[in-house]
Amino acid sequence: MLEIKHLTVAVGKVEILHDVNMTINTGETHVLFGPNGSGKTTLLMTIMGFPRYKVLKGKILFNGKNVTSLPLDERARLGMGMSFQRPPVVRGVTMRDMVTACLSERANEENIRQMMEKADLEHFLEREINYGFSGGEIKRSELMQLLAQKPLLTLLDEPESGVDLVNIALIGKLLNEILGKDCPIRDRRAMGLIITHTGHILDYVNARTGYVMLKGRIVCEGDPHEILRTIKERGYSECAICRI
Amino acid sequence: MQDINLDSYASADKELPYLDDLSTLSPEDKARMLEVGIVLDSENQRSGTFLQMDNTPVHTCATQKGVEVMTIRQGLEKYAWLSDYLWKAVCKDSDKYTAHVEAKQGNGYFIRALPGVKTEYPVQSCLYMTKGESVQDVHNIVIAEEGSELHIITGCASSVEKEGGAHLGVSEFYIKKGARVTFTMIHRWDPGVVVRPRTGVIVEEDGLFLSNYVLLKPVRSLQMYPAAWCVGKNATARFNSILIATPGSEMDVGSKVFLNAEGARTEIISRAITTGGNITARGYIEGNAPEVKGHLECRGLILDGGGIIYAVPELRGTVAGIDLSHEAAVGKIAEEEVEYLMARGLNRTEATATIVRGFLRVDIEGLPPVLGAEIERAVQASEQDVM
Repeated sequence: MLEIKHLTVAVGKVEILHDVNMTINTGETHVLFGPNGSGKTTLLMTIMGFPRYKVLKGKILFNGKNVTSLPLDERARLGMGMSFQRPPVVRGVTMRDMVTACLSERANEENIRQMMEKADLEHFLEREINYGFSGGEIKRSELMQLLAQKPLLTLLDEPESGVDLVNIALIGKLLNEILGKDCPIRDRRAMGLIITHTGHILDYVNARTGYVMLKGRIVCEGDPHEILRTIKERGYSECAICRI
Repeated sequence: MQDINLDSYASADKELPYLDDLSTLSPEDKARMLEVGIVLDSENQRSGTFLQMDNTPVHTCATQKGVEVMTIRQGLEKYAWLSDYLWKAVCKDSDKYTAHVEAKQGNGYFIRALPGVKTEYPVQSCLYMTKGESVQDVHNIVIAEEGSELHIITGCASSVEKEGGAHLGVSEFYIKKGARVTFTMIHRWDPGVVVRPRTGVIVEEDGLFLSNYVLLKPVRSLQMYPAAWCVGKNATARFNSILIATPGSEMDVGSKVFLNAEGARTEIISRAITTGGNITARGYIEGNAPEVKGHLECRGLILDGGGIIYAVPELRGTVAGIDLSHEAAVGKIAEEEVEYLMARGLNRTEATATIVRGFLRVDIEGLPPVLGAEIERAVQASEQDVM
């Protein structure tokens, strides 16, 4: 379970998130809507533990453990994983290096090959990570790394952006595997929090709860399809009014 | 770069006995040589071996038909024509170090691949400095005859007991029409040793010279600026260098290529890391014929501990229709990259090590796997010095 309680976050001297509350139960996937600059990515980066995002107030509990002050890598080892919207190019570091790191003690040639095949990236094994990758290749690479990492909590920043229709089906498939959607609900452990602008990902992922974030605050919580329909019909302005 | 007073070193003129069986060398010496890719206990993955200790060649052998490995003096006795190659790619009066080698009549290796012969395994050569403050004068010649393919791994090292000394190495390469030479040189010196290699390469039509230079351990002072002349149509010269300067190390290392014939190509790539030492990374490409192409890439990483990296890329074009370019970057490890790897579960040290390893990984086209593995091994062995 992920519990976010009264979270207030600053980047530099600017407060970005204000009193954010959220609970994701074990086995659930939630989605986060919001216009550009509303603080969605900041929330994901804070949950993951990137040092640039300073928690001023509140706390983050992951499976009952207070991880608010825990370093990024320790959170990853506890079972948090994140796909990046614009991951950096790391010259000289290959896809093989990354998958090996993600698989950790499970790293062997067979497992590496399997991961690459699942993401249709067999020919990318010796390529430098993210160097010259297309939008779709970056997304597949990110999800493939998460698949190898097997996180309990997956944080996804716009997994469908810049992806064509053929790739989005594959991304949906990878995502469902990461989130353990093939498991019976009672056995499902994996949790997800997905940022989406278009909502396309909802066609592939069964999300339980949706949120709308405006100016660093969660202003709406409910059925994700209903929220998406409202946003499409009336825009985020309705969310702002609704909150009032 | 500091001047070296060669008179301050003792002479190392004492002849050492010839060694039939290299496995009789001390375990310490063998271990040092292994660090630079020289395998002495089992030579079945080598097409030949040359070992020189101080100024005495103590072992030469060639195990593949069509490949010759001998001392340069033996070569001059066997082939009168070899004298025509002496001091042709490197001028004897280039500087006082070449003059010293000439005056001392430095011995060294003569390696030759006969026309059309392709080495199955690399020839290995080791220039080894034993204990004492002395000068090692070396003069090497490599000839790849027409259509041949020759892979060489050269390991230059000093013994564990070495306190200082100077290594002066003149190497001349002649790559004939359609021949290919890969020359992988791994250096492993000690903090007191000064090193002045002087290298010249002449590449004829459709010939290829590929040089890989690796220096990852401390050295007091290293200065080298090998030059290649691509004199035949479509001749190619490539230089890759991987350098780590620990505190106290001074390095001035570069490569220069003269593209003097139509369609000639070159690529000069260097990766330099300092953890406290100083590196000058040079590169020079001169285009003197139409349709030549050259690229120079120099990347430097300054890690904790300070140190200086001074990148000097230079291009000179003298005719129309050439394509020369360069890129140089000196900086630190990007925090964003470290965090990206940490988000995959690596701790900060592991993430940094992975990035450094990647930085030093140069994709070397045409390098036989056995040589690639030696470079990889040397890089991995240096990790603890960097981190």
